[in-house]
Amino acid sequence: MSGTKEHALAKAARETAGVVLSECYQCGKCTAGCPMARYMDLSPNQIMRLAQAGDDAALERLLGCEALWYCVGCLTCAQRCPRKLDPAAVMDLLREMAHRRGKIPAAARKVLAFHKAFLDTVEHGGRMAEIPLVLRYKMKSLDLLGDVMLGPVMLAKRKLPLLPHRIRGRGEVRRIFKKCREEHRP
Amino acid sequence: MKTLGYFPGCSLEGGGIELDLSVRAIAKAAGVDLREIEDWNCCGASAAHSLNHSLAVALPYRVLALAESQGLSEVLAPCAACFSRLKGTQVRLARSPELSQRMQEVVQRPYQGGVRILNINEFMASLLEAGLAQKLTRPLGLKVVAYYGCLLSRGQDIVTGDDAEDPKGMEAAIRAAGCESLPWNCANECCGGGFSMSKTGAVLDLSQAVLDEARAAGADAVVTGCPMCHSNLDMRQMELVKRRRIPGALPILYLSELLGLAAGLEPAALGLDRHFIESRGLVRGGV
Repeated sequence: MSGTKEHALAKAARETAGVVLSECYQCGKCTAGCPMARYMDLSPNQIMRLAQAGDDAALERLLGCEALWYCVGCLTCAQRCPRKLDPAAVMDLLREMAHRRGKIPAAARKVLAFHKAFLDTVEHGGRMAEIPLVLRYKMKSLDLLGDVMLGPVMLAKRKLPLLPHRIRGRGEVRRIFKKCREEHRP
Repeated sequence: MKTLGYFPGCSLEGGGIELDLSVRAIAKAAGVDLREIEDWNCCGASAAHSLNHSLAVALPYRVLALAESQGLSEVLAPCAACFSRLKGTQVRLARSPELSQRMQEVVQRPYQGGVRILNINEFMASLLEAGLAQKLTRPLGLKVVAYYGCLLSRGQDIVTGDDAEDPKGMEAAIRAAGCESLPWNCANECCGGGFSMSKTGAVLDLSQAVLDEARAAGADAVVTGCPMCHSNLDMRQMELVKRRRIPGALPILYLSELLGLAAGLEPAALGLDRHFIESRGLVRGGV
């Protein structure tokens, strides 16, 4: 950032995601390779551009967009970025900020419900457990009818344990969750 | 007998149990003793890094610290996502003493960085070098496509010794099983990963593209090393077949199942009877 003052988002991106936002020259390669771009309201390179602006209007648009929730974590954007930037890491940062702010776009709520249900089971027993995960997800997302027949078929295929495995160190895992929640990002 | 640390990961206790069964079976056949990390926890998968950057490092940190304290210097993580999270954490800790220090405070366990994480492709390659090739006495004669997906092809300093845009890490094992690995267009494309329940439409679109390309290449089966890819291509394929979005069913095998079959192991012992798409007919004399 030669001569210009680094804004708060640029600082956070540099410190926690290792990305210098100003280095993005908008080639669009991240978007071209992104398998989820077609489902996004803002494409990865648009997210990078708005993040470079970093003003209130840009932040409002970024934190309220659906696209943050549709990153699948495939690592393609970081792999192909000619500036060796990591747009997905910037999206992780923005998603965390959006989550803390609490205004999640309606279309993305199922994705958030799934992440939360997943982490709930890990916090509870130390490992992800599929049956409790699905039950919690359905309660949180109210997606009650989706995949109702998959559970019985998976049980018949002996793919699901009836009782989740709870590790001895689950108290330790809960303490880790608590500490990580207490940390704050800008 | 060689001992190797083992991190099954949560999927391998559930929907991805076939990967656990087949990895254990092939290790046994090759004379490798897999020692499961005692009291391991979830790596955090996509959920942790989606919502909390500290948790995304702290959960794998505990696993690495446990492995080190249990004297396991090499750990196999067959699940591609677990591998990526564990090794990615390892790489970040090695680069940043500050992060290591902070994680030691969060997790309250020391970790000196002395654990090497292996993915399924590296594991299979090492077994072949150590003499497994001679035990593969039942060449399968199949035409397959090697499906690396995202996390067995990408991740700088995570997937090492392979080309992210043209991965080859499975090729030697596929050939050793007496199969032909066909050139195709989707080796490192995404199947939709962890969105199976929360954005099912995207998973169906992306997985269909992979299956369409596999069929166009002339494959008898798709070979994968990732339980998420397997679930999306196998379980979600039923829906694609039902909705007539694809012309027919295509078996999805784990690389460890392919080698297990070539070693003459029973399909059921490898978990083939638990797939949604019938795959036992691939073996001569099968169902």
